[in-house]
Amino acid sequence: MIAYIIRRILYAIPILIGVNLITFMLFFMVNTPDDMARMNLGVKHVTAEAIEKWKHERGYDKPMLYNSQASGSAALTDTILFEKSVNLFAFDFGRSDSGRDISYDISQRMWPSLAIALPTLIVGLLVYITFAMLLAFFRATYIDYWGVVLCVVLMSISGMFYIIGGQYLIGKLLHLVPISGYDGGSDALKFLILPVIIGVIGGIGSSTRWYRTIFLEEIGKDYVRTARAKGLSEQQVLFKHVLKNAMIPILTGVVVSLPLLFMGSLIVESFFGIPGLGSYTIDAINSQDFAIVRAMVFLGSVLYIIGLILTDISYTLVDPRVSLA
Amino acid sequence: MTATFLSSPSRPKARLKNCRRLVVVFFITWLTACSDTPWNDPYPTAESDENILYASFSERPKHLDPARSYSSNEYAFIGQIYEPPLQYHYLKRPYELIPLTATEVPRAKFYDSADNPLPNDAGVEQIAYSIYDIHIRPGIRYQPHPAFATNSAGEPRYLNLNAAALDAIHTLADFSETASRELIAADYVYQIKRLAHPRIHSPILGIMSEYIVGLKAYAQTLDTAYGTLTKQLSDSDSSRPPYLDLTRYPLEGAEVVDRYTYRIKIRGKYPQLIYWLSMPFFSPMAAEVERFYAQPGMKEKNLTLDWYPVGTGAYMLTVNNPNRQMVLERNPNYRGEPYPSAGEKGDAAQGLLNDAGKTMPFIDKVVYSLEKENIPYWSKFLQGYYDVSGVSSDSFDQAISFNSQGDTTLTQEMATKGIELTTAVAASTYYMGFNMRDDVVGGNSERARKLRRAISIAVDYEEYISIFMNGRGIAAQGIIPPGIFGYRSGKQGINPYVYDWVNGKPKRKPIAVAQQLLAEAGYPGGVDSNTGKPLLIYYDTAASGPDSKAVLNWYSKQFEKLNIQLIIRGSDYNRFQEKMSKGTAQLFFWGWNADYPDPENFMFLLYGPNGKVEFRGENAANYQNNNFDQLFEQMKNMDSSPQRQQLINQMNGILHRDAPWLWGFHPKQFTLHHAWYKNAKANLMSHNTLQYKRIDPQLRKQKRTQWNQPVMWPLYLVIALLAVTIVPALYSYRRRERQTVQIDAVDHTKRSAS
Repeated sequence: MIAYIIRRILYAIPILIGVNLITFMLFFMVNTPDDMARMNLGVKHVTAEAIEKWKHERGYDKPMLYNSQASGSAALTDTILFEKSVNLFAFDFGRSDSGRDISYDISQRMWPSLAIALPTLIVGLLVYITFAMLLAFFRATYIDYWGVVLCVVLMSISGMFYIIGGQYLIGKLLHLVPISGYDGGSDALKFLILPVIIGVIGGIGSSTRWYRTIFLEEIGKDYVRTARAKGLSEQQVLFKHVLKNAMIPILTGVVVSLPLLFMGSLIVESFFGIPGLGSYTIDAINSQDFAIVRAMVFLGSVLYIIGLILTDISYTLVDPRVSLA
Repeated sequence: MTATFLSSPSRPKARLKNCRRLVVVFFITWLTACSDTPWNDPYPTAESDENILYASFSERPKHLDPARSYSSNEYAFIGQIYEPPLQYHYLKRPYELIPLTATEVPRAKFYDSADNPLPNDAGVEQIAYSIYDIHIRPGIRYQPHPAFATNSAGEPRYLNLNAAALDAIHTLADFSETASRELIAADYVYQIKRLAHPRIHSPILGIMSEYIVGLKAYAQTLDTAYGTLTKQLSDSDSSRPPYLDLTRYPLEGAEVVDRYTYRIKIRGKYPQLIYWLSMPFFSPMAAEVERFYAQPGMKEKNLTLDWYPVGTGAYMLTVNNPNRQMVLERNPNYRGEPYPSAGEKGDAAQGLLNDAGKTMPFIDKVVYSLEKENIPYWSKFLQGYYDVSGVSSDSFDQAISFNSQGDTTLTQEMATKGIELTTAVAASTYYMGFNMRDDVVGGNSERARKLRRAISIAVDYEEYISIFMNGRGIAAQGIIPPGIFGYRSGKQGINPYVYDWVNGKPKRKPIAVAQQLLAEAGYPGGVDSNTGKPLLIYYDTAASGPDSKAVLNWYSKQFEKLNIQLIIRGSDYNRFQEKMSKGTAQLFFWGWNADYPDPENFMFLLYGPNGKVEFRGENAANYQNNNFDQLFEQMKNMDSSPQRQQLINQMNGILHRDAPWLWGFHPKQFTLHHAWYKNAKANLMSHNTLQYKRIDPQLRKQKRTQWNQPVMWPLYLVIALLAVTIVPALYSYRRRERQTVQIDAVDHTKRSAS
């Protein structure tokens, strides 16, 4: 397994280089260093000298990809791409264009993101699996039929509607929880209830339908018929046999998303005023802070790759037939 | 024979049953729990009746360094912390400058080139330089800060820190000792020097270099010195920026006279300097504070002057977490200023003088919470969790209604809650500019003037304000907004080329007049009489997103009135600025917020030597008229007087005739506040307004409790509905579990026989 993991890590390097290159090109196709300087220096009384100075201080006055003025390897290394990218691979994210330490900001903002994402994932999984098993249990009955209809309706509604509707109903009309905001420690609880409920409800439609399909596929298999034939109750069949075997595809979806829980949600964090990494990224995009954008994209890619490796490892744990050679 | 198809369910254990009961009891108790504090209160319960103001911010302030900061969202914080020598009177209108830390508003002394003093009424051409001596009040003290802490020997305690000493330091609160010191004149001089610091990028360095003697050369000196230091440091140390000790570099234009007096030397005459002296750029900065933050390792821990301001004002920033919350708390060393005892007419009747003479500030703490989206922000304001709010387009209809006279008033819903409205016309002008360098719309020919005037009539800004701004603005008659010296209301103030005075009101000229002008300009019916081609005008705008589509369509329709095709060229704001710098736009939309309440700050936007393309100035239309420029040069150096008004009238006359802009509109600011929020008066020039505000925390607590009682019945209903759904499901489940298979006896016999 160790050899497999090392091999996967080595595969990850060209992927990360590619992601970094694409991020770089996309960002600078939309923004120029002059744009970034103007955005940072403000609107009023900004002189051309100030713009040049700003770019020089941050290394944005160099050529983008190839420095024709330099000789030897410096032609490639004395460029914006190289200077802004090389430290990423040592996980040194450096400072944002406004001067803040990016690693420190990430370390501060990942916890609020996690505080929403983790309960949403756990509660969501419990709810979705429960609903899916319920529908599977009552398969081909009116409960199953109307349950699926309800799922389709729920998954057809925009996530934004859940957020605004939830804030309006639960926060504004019923006054049960704060509409938005965040606090540290145990005080965070009252702020997390609403986004977690909304996150869970928002995912019911698609996840329940998916899990139901998985369960139904399992229920139709021979080993389930055998289990029934030997006299097991439906409860035992579902929980002891079907659920266990259906865990492989469920794990695929869950484990891969585990590392990404740190990355936060762009919309939820923005609407609920949660100071997480999702809003950090969106703020950086809005303020054309390339240093933060590249760091967040890089981090997201690394976490995604970790998620995929973890998924492969988890296969070996839940399915003895799988081995990572 | 009977065979069991499904086995019976196992009975729940007694212990599990008890647990379930416990959970149900807990849940019901939680649901029905009574408390004084509403469940949806986003603030800690202990703060519910404290003297705290709750406000919000939608984006992180970029800079809190007074030499660099230039945005209103940044001034909302640093305006309460830093104290420039002057301020605007909170209540009086027109805006009046009064001393803040200075003993009086300084008056310039004039000198000729041989250093001979000149009388106050000396001509501008005689004046070689002006001297401002600014006396500050003794006894003013800085907020507590570790930079001022000293050891038993009286030496600075934290100004020679090494990496080991900084190991345990993560925030300013980790420094065990703080101290303060008295404000001195040298701190003001130090800050003026900072405007030229090569790392700070002060936005006003360019302007001030034109006036403060020696500042331009000083910036070059610092640049060279900084370069040398950087080189020395990079040879020996890491890449940290070096500390440039400005006290070692004297500046001719700013010097200390004595402990409480400093002198600013201005090239020629520049009466607007006193307005700048009310802005944070000219706040005091203690040299040791900058030195404190410049120590190695500080920046790595995000401890910078740009993040943690240090001033003498009524408040100090105690929490700076712009990802969530920023908190201002009363500065314990603040001397306390009396609330004004005079204002403008009507202030007393509105209760704005109830606190006259009382010592400010009234509020102990201000909590600013991050609120990015309008919907939750507005909802929380209505719940009483924000004390003051603007009125966004989304909430306008809910908050504001128009009475039969067309005046704005609060809706019944707002009035019932005791919410009050304050309005003020902003010291801003939004305009559509013609690029005067353009062959079609630009130039000083009569043909081009007529074309511009025709367009000025056709674009109906009254309609624009009504449709897109919910009536929150007034159509501009000229460049100067109301409230600024030089603005004239009534018939005398209208633009006679665009408006007629009808029934005591300005009325836009009929479109036929515009069509006639267009024909005289050589475009009858919107067709170029020389080429026979339809007239196309290119409109450059930074508003190009889907939200702007309606506005852009509206503009197209305005031009269609004259059969002119408007080609819209949308781009982002940075590219738009680039186009403006290169002068490649033909028609554009832009705006200007006043730095200070003086006509010079508006008229300079059309001053020839300020042209954007040629001189990189703020004259984006690149308008150039010698008469106007001469009048401007005279007017800018005058005190506000009837003679000055006369010059402004002449200048307005030239601008109305030449029409380099469509005089768009002056926006109107609407602010709502709750009944417990006192002394609210719109003051668009002052930055330190927080100390004047007062709140009634008891009333707020009472209203919050009244407005936010939890509504439980829908929750009970949902539980009941779930129960109703679950019971048949359970019944069905149990039925299926107990279902048996009946095997037909006859069939069995048959099978046996066969």
